[in-house]
Amino acid sequence: MDGNLNALTTIFTEFYYWVTIVFMFLIHVGFCMYEVGASRRRNHMHTLMKNIMIIPLVTVTFFFFGWWIYWAFPSAFPGMGGIDFEAGAAYTPWSVNMGTNLEDRITGVFWAAFLLFSWTAASIVSGSVIERIRSSALWLHAVMIGSVWWIIDAAWGWHWDGWMVKVLGYHDAYASGVIHAIAGGYALGVIMVLGPRIGKFAADGTPRDIPPHNPWMLTIGIFLIYTGFWGFYAACNVPIISPEVIDGQIVGTTWTATNIYLAPTSLSAITFNFLMSLSGGLMAAYVVSKGDAFWTFSGGLAGIITASAGNDLYHPIQAMLVGAIGVVIVYNLHYWVERKFKLDDAVGAVAVHGYAGVVGLVLAGFILWGAPSSPYEGYATVNPIGQAIGAMIMFGLLGWLPGWGLAKLQSMAGALRIPEEVELQGLDYAEHHAYEDAKADIIAADKAALAEK
Amino acid sequence: MSTIGYDSWAVDLAEVGPVYPFQGWEVAMVVVGVIFWLGWHRIQYVRESAHLEKAKTIGDKEKIAEAMERY
Repeated sequence: MDGNLNALTTIFTEFYYWVTIVFMFLIHVGFCMYEVGASRRRNHMHTLMKNIMIIPLVTVTFFFFGWWIYWAFPSAFPGMGGIDFEAGAAYTPWSVNMGTNLEDRITGVFWAAFLLFSWTAASIVSGSVIERIRSSALWLHAVMIGSVWWIIDAAWGWHWDGWMVKVLGYHDAYASGVIHAIAGGYALGVIMVLGPRIGKFAADGTPRDIPPHNPWMLTIGIFLIYTGFWGFYAACNVPIISPEVIDGQIVGTTWTATNIYLAPTSLSAITFNFLMSLSGGLMAAYVVSKGDAFWTFSGGLAGIITASAGNDLYHPIQAMLVGAIGVVIVYNLHYWVERKFKLDDAVGAVAVHGYAGVVGLVLAGFILWGAPSSPYEGYATVNPIGQAIGAMIMFGLLGWLPGWGLAKLQSMAGALRIPEEVELQGLDYAEHHAYEDAKADIIAADKAALAEK
Repeated sequence: MSTIGYDSWAVDLAEVGPVYPFQGWEVAMVVVGVIFWLGWHRIQYVRESAHLEKAKTIGDKEKIAEAMERY
């Protein structure tokens, strides 16, 4: 770090990302609370363990190969140039940049910011499949969505050099597609093979509501997800950078914050838009769900997700309306798919993340039509067709297809779903019986002691 | 043509102000936003009134007593 200004900028950037990472941890806490709150008492420990173990499994694989994929795969698509081993070299797990290195103070925090997105992608899938998937099956899916598929989509569409940005003008500043559409699509692929929970559908096919066992846990969970989402938004920005460092078309000497594509935005802009899209989502969800508390809370999240693709540039009122429109579509689509295809999306993740992400990408194509997707010359500008193709790539090609494919293989091997008997008696007893047995033992001992008095 | 007024970032950022889409339509956007907000209150009020009216007559006394006991 030569020069005080450079040193200050580097340390500020390092600290900035570090703070976002701590905030984003709350997303995972929130997902855990939400899933446990939504599951029935006999499945709590299993549900929690299933989600908690996403953390280490995705972390180590993201260190081994996920981060390298991001840097090596921006052009890894037929006709676009292939894998760039040179660009990826600094991010292999044996690179000197991937450790304590006083010449590189950014890679660790930047890696971790992306890693927390990886946990989120895996956690979104985890919610859809509660109470009937084998942990071993989900953990393989977690590694694949968290350390392979989403990071390929990030290289393609969430990288200053990604082919989707260059060719399609793909614009997805806060990850409507690159996190939410792909994870929702992936979850849809898995639940199509996995099947519904016992009792979800009546004999005539009518869907039954399976209410959360603890609404308050679920409520706090989603509020924690909102809180972590603030950190996610900040983490999607480059906090401060000069035009010389960007080395694109921007002239002059004015430093700026940028989105992930190194195009200018501001923290102030995204704070406006985060809150207005949250509000639009909450208001629309309250109306469309007729005051259902959980859909209203989830609608707030869906509102943000729908607006996220363009929230670096939208006007706050546009963000609010986009959030509201997204929620109306998502809510109706969720119930239509449930009735028509008998799919059990236990926490509405396919809808809140997947459909909202797709709708958000398409709307951004119209609202930001003609806006530059990048500060570099020769890139396509934002347009509806590029955004629609991008949505199909995120939700379908990199989300639904790999999720469905791996689930199908697991199902054929008998390694996807727990046995019906275990589902009925509850996973906690079946898999974590030591805890249940110990509990029963100590209760019996206490009762015996009481009886002797 | 660009909805944000710029079709490239070949600009000096010192000379750039608003970059949101449809600049010049702020008043119209506020009107739409206010209609959305007031419309929400209207819908909510009407539905709540209907719900309260209906709820007056559906109470099961035993269940109400149980709810009171639960506090």
